[in-house]
Amino acid sequence: MVQTTFLQPASWPEALEARAANPDAVPVAGGTDVLVEVNFGRLHPSGLLDLGRVRELRTWGREKGRVRVGAGVTYSELITQLRGDLPALATAARTVGSPPIRNRGTLGGNLGTASPAGDCHPVLLACGAEVEVASSRVSRTVPADEFFVGPKRNALGADELISGVWIPRATGPQSFSKVGTRNAMVIAVCSLALALHPDSGRVGTGIGSAGPVPLRAREAEAFLEGHLAERGAWESKRPLEEAVVDRFAELVSQAAAPIDDVRGSLRYRRHALRVLARRSLGWCWNDYREAAR
Amino acid sequence: MTALDTVVAGGRVGERATRLDGYPKVTGQFAYASDLHRDGMLFGATLRSPVASARIRSLDLSGVAGSPGVAAVLVAADVPGKNRFGLNFDDQPVLADTVVRYQGEPVAVVAASSPARAWDAVGRIVLELEPLPGVFDMEEALADGAHRVQEVGNVLRHVHIERGDTRSAGADVWVEGYYETAMQDQAALGPEAGLAVPAEDGGVDLYVATQWLHADREQIAPCLDLPDEKVRLHLAGVGGAFGSREDIHMQIHACMLALRTGRPVKLSYGREESFHGHVHRHPARIWMRHGATRDGRLVAVEARLLFDGGAYASSSPAVLGNAATFAAGPYDVPHVRIDGTVVYTNNPPCGAMRGFGAPQVCFGHEAQMDKLARALGIDPVDLRLRNALEPGLSLPSGQVLTGSAPVREVIARCAALPMPDAEPLEGRGAFGYPGGTGNVTRGEGIKRGVGFAVGFKNIAYSEGFDDAGSARVTVRLEGDEPVAEIHTAAVEMGQGLYTLLAQIVRTELDIDRVVVRQADTAARNTGSTSASRQSMMSGGAVQMACAQVRAALFERARSQAGAGAGNHELSVGRGWVNAGGHPLARVADLLDEPVSREAVYHHRRTGTFDDKGQGDVHVCFAFAAERAVVDVDEDLGLVRVVQVAAAIDAGRVLNPLGMSGQVEGGTAQGLGLALMEEVQLSDGAIRNASFTDYLIPTIADMPPVVSAAVEDPEPGVPYGAKGVGESPTIVATAAIVAALRDATGRELNRAPVSPDELAGLRPPAATQGPPPCPDVPGQDPVPLYFQSGSGQQRLM
Ligand SMILES: Cc1cc2nc3c(=O)[nH]c(=O)nc-3n(C[C@H](O)[C@H](O)[C@H](O)COP(=O)(O)OP(=O)(O)OC[C@H]3O[C@@H](n4cnc5c(N)ncnc54)[C@H](O)[C@@H]3O)c2cc1C
Repeated sequence: MVQTTFLQPASWPEALEARAANPDAVPVAGGTDVLVEVNFGRLHPSGLLDLGRVRELRTWGREKGRVRVGAGVTYSELITQLRGDLPALATAARTVGSPPIRNRGTLGGNLGTASPAGDCHPVLLACGAEVEVASSRVSRTVPADEFFVGPKRNALGADELISGVWIPRATGPQSFSKVGTRNAMVIAVCSLALALHPDSGRVGTGIGSAGPVPLRAREAEAFLEGHLAERGAWESKRPLEEAVVDRFAELVSQAAAPIDDVRGSLRYRRHALRVLARRSLGWCWNDYREAAR
Repeated sequence: MTALDTVVAGGRVGERATRLDGYPKVTGQFAYASDLHRDGMLFGATLRSPVASARIRSLDLSGVAGSPGVAAVLVAADVPGKNRFGLNFDDQPVLADTVVRYQGEPVAVVAASSPARAWDAVGRIVLELEPLPGVFDMEEALADGAHRVQEVGNVLRHVHIERGDTRSAGADVWVEGYYETAMQDQAALGPEAGLAVPAEDGGVDLYVATQWLHADREQIAPCLDLPDEKVRLHLAGVGGAFGSREDIHMQIHACMLALRTGRPVKLSYGREESFHGHVHRHPARIWMRHGATRDGRLVAVEARLLFDGGAYASSSPAVLGNAATFAAGPYDVPHVRIDGTVVYTNNPPCGAMRGFGAPQVCFGHEAQMDKLARALGIDPVDLRLRNALEPGLSLPSGQVLTGSAPVREVIARCAALPMPDAEPLEGRGAFGYPGGTGNVTRGEGIKRGVGFAVGFKNIAYSEGFDDAGSARVTVRLEGDEPVAEIHTAAVEMGQGLYTLLAQIVRTELDIDRVVVRQADTAARNTGSTSASRQSMMSGGAVQMACAQVRAALFERARSQAGAGAGNHELSVGRGWVNAGGHPLARVADLLDEPVSREAVYHHRRTGTFDDKGQGDVHVCFAFAAERAVVDVDEDLGLVRVVQVAAAIDAGRVLNPLGMSGQVEGGTAQGLGLALMEEVQLSDGAIRNASFTDYLIPTIADMPPVVSAAVEDPEPGVPYGAKGVGESPTIVATAAIVAALRDATGRELNRAPVSPDELAGLRPPAATQGPPPCPDVPGQDPVPLYFQSGSGQQRLM
């Protein structure tokens, strides 16, 4: 029988110290992952480090072209407060769980769990976000596409906590879509985020639930970026040819590394990603053209 | 112990009475079985087999001995009485003795001072298993040389129904089909739980969430080697059941631990354990041929049914009997040949679930009717109307419909219900599209489809069982006010029975204050809360008891009033006994002594099958029709059910609110089987034993349900009312999948339909044709021929 120590720091510096002093204590934000694991008997923490009192984690703010979202910001807050600056992240937040889960669950918790099915991750990849992490000694940022290092494993050090995420504000259309076999409260069978960055000529993608980690479809990004630049499409805003959309969709589908499991088949996941890529690109490019008028 | 006696307010028969347990449940006040508590109680935990088929080589308990807080570890040898129980017959060990036959089969139980300690002790037991071959496929189970799951072989029951001669039926057109339905979980929100308290007389009091207290006791007592009267059951708060609580789960284990330790023992399953701790809906394979004349007269049905019963019998024989008698649908068919087999496999045991064999065959016969309509060029609703059963006609089993059978009415009423309003393809909210909140379409790939299904269900137990209802009604004074108390062993499991019983008392006695006493085995056996039977059976008993109470009050009134009563007809109303409409005596003044009467209500007697499957086996029937409208995203294979229209044969509606609840809930459960619910197995092991991966519909998946009640009273039945708990589930799956076929043009012969199939990535379920019928002695369950002991249903 293990005793569980319960630590409840009141500020960010205290939290970091507690973390350094108790590397075995499991951080808890909303608890919607941690407590489920405990309940299932899969996690027997010797200590819990409750971050719920750390006000600094609950804040967000703009800085130049970016938004810094504290790790403790909930899905409900992302939906109601940050939809304008971060539309795809707000859409992803809307797909998460049910109202109680969205009221408790946090962005930082999603990153802490680092599930390949975490719904924020594809958006963070597509937007080129950076995860800000800190220990009692030093703070650093990790690009989102280096943060996920394996299934449910992230780049966090044993003495580090996630403090927040830096996400470029949307300068162009974005989308997030999630396929599941039920119409709400479902773990993604696969998901896709797409962000167009007209100012930089970049195209961002993020694939969820179709590989050991959330993935970028780099070839698809490069192909579309190349095509749009070459044809001067960002300026002319001409419609995209079917062949281009098809090619993009194909490259997205190929970038995935799905498996067969209880939630869906490998074949379906590749197929669905192709469909989502076609639709997402259609919507985003259309929005881009409309916005210009 | 939390008192479960409940005071009921308001509502008579036919009124929208609010559920008496509604507010307590919604506000968290209701005590479920998992909330049971006794000071000083111990907590039980169960060691289950990790594999589906193995011989127990050794069971080493030495690691547990001396573990802190552990009070008892019990294995098969510790079962005080016989180590077998079962619903239809006793083929299931309390704790596995020589072999394990399914993954999750209990092998040992532990009681300790906390749940964590109990689980820790379970982890210290060393169970050495020697792998045995297993049978995981129901067709393989029938093959020569297949591993024998039970000594009697793998055939659990075969039912053969033959009428006329399908080969000389004179059909112009034949259609053929193969259908599969998956293993469905009842997904009751309250997992199995109970508390056993040892008593001074050497017996035990068991507080448990179950569907039938007396049937539990009949199985528990012999295993404990105790006489019935020393095993007293009390109903604890039931968190839904849908068939999953008909079988024994933790009852015997908890009693054994309590008797051994001399302390109260609570056993409460978690969600994952619950998936292993109760039976599921039988997966089915169905082959059908339908023949009709060119003008749309159904003349022949041939059906071969194969059901996977899993490792133990549970109620499989009865489920199969139902499936076989309903296989041709609610249609008039002169030439029929139906062969149904249920087999043992090393999959998890299957048994009762809402619909009890009917949903599987409805999925088949309704798909066949659509195929036939297409082949004949006749409107599918019209084809059904032309062939609908009616009173005076008979089922393939020869049973003549003597009661109410408004098949045409449910079809016509359903077809006439309003269709959903047209919607623009673009600009709908998230819930307006397949994929819902997932934001996967803005109108792309959407196809709409409409499907229709008719089905039916027997009410109460069949094949000769006399599952009587019984109840005691007592009227006494509290202060100056008469109060009526109902005492039955009937289980309220969330379907609204107690509200209904109180409505009956209020109607019969005109007494407003009604108390429903906690159900227990001190009351007489009133049968199971299942088979859509309690409104009729316990409702009937309550009505009869009320009549007797009324008669007693009249007698007291007469003797009090002497000659003043005259020869007038007496009645009761507004707190008075009235004679010829004039007040005679205040009810309150007649209650110096309480009036208490017990009544037993029997349904009409039924018979058994003869060797051609002919027999008057069912009591009466409830029919239902549903029409589903769906939107399918053809590219992604996702679905939004837009609307379900339901016309339900209720005999007479006793509580319109309760009825809508059953129609919507039942439809949701059928929708689940159509679109997402499947217990996935791999070598007999459940791969998705959680609500993370076993998906059930959410409110975002449920369409509006427009419904109509068809009221055609059943003769000889209290109020003419029929149960409506099951019929909506039976038709919903078939109607929704029919709508998906209409939208996509795909075959979709398996439920649940997967996104892969809808998107054209996976072919329809394939078959090499039906397996031959097994050679078995007759229509009875096979183990009976081998003198396997009988279960509760034989004891009635
Ligand atoms: C019913 C239900 C439905 C769900 N549906 C979805 C869904 O649709 N999509 C989805 O993506 N997820 C879903 N989840 C999972 C979960 O809600 C999310 O992953 C959520 O973001 C977790 O956030 P939390 O604040 O609750 O994290 P917690 O459970 O508190 O923590 C999660 C992990 O992150 C760590 N952690 C938390 N904060 C920090 C920090 N600041 N620094 C370092 N580590 C930290 C914790 O130690 C833990 O390992 C669902 C969960 C449930 C129970």
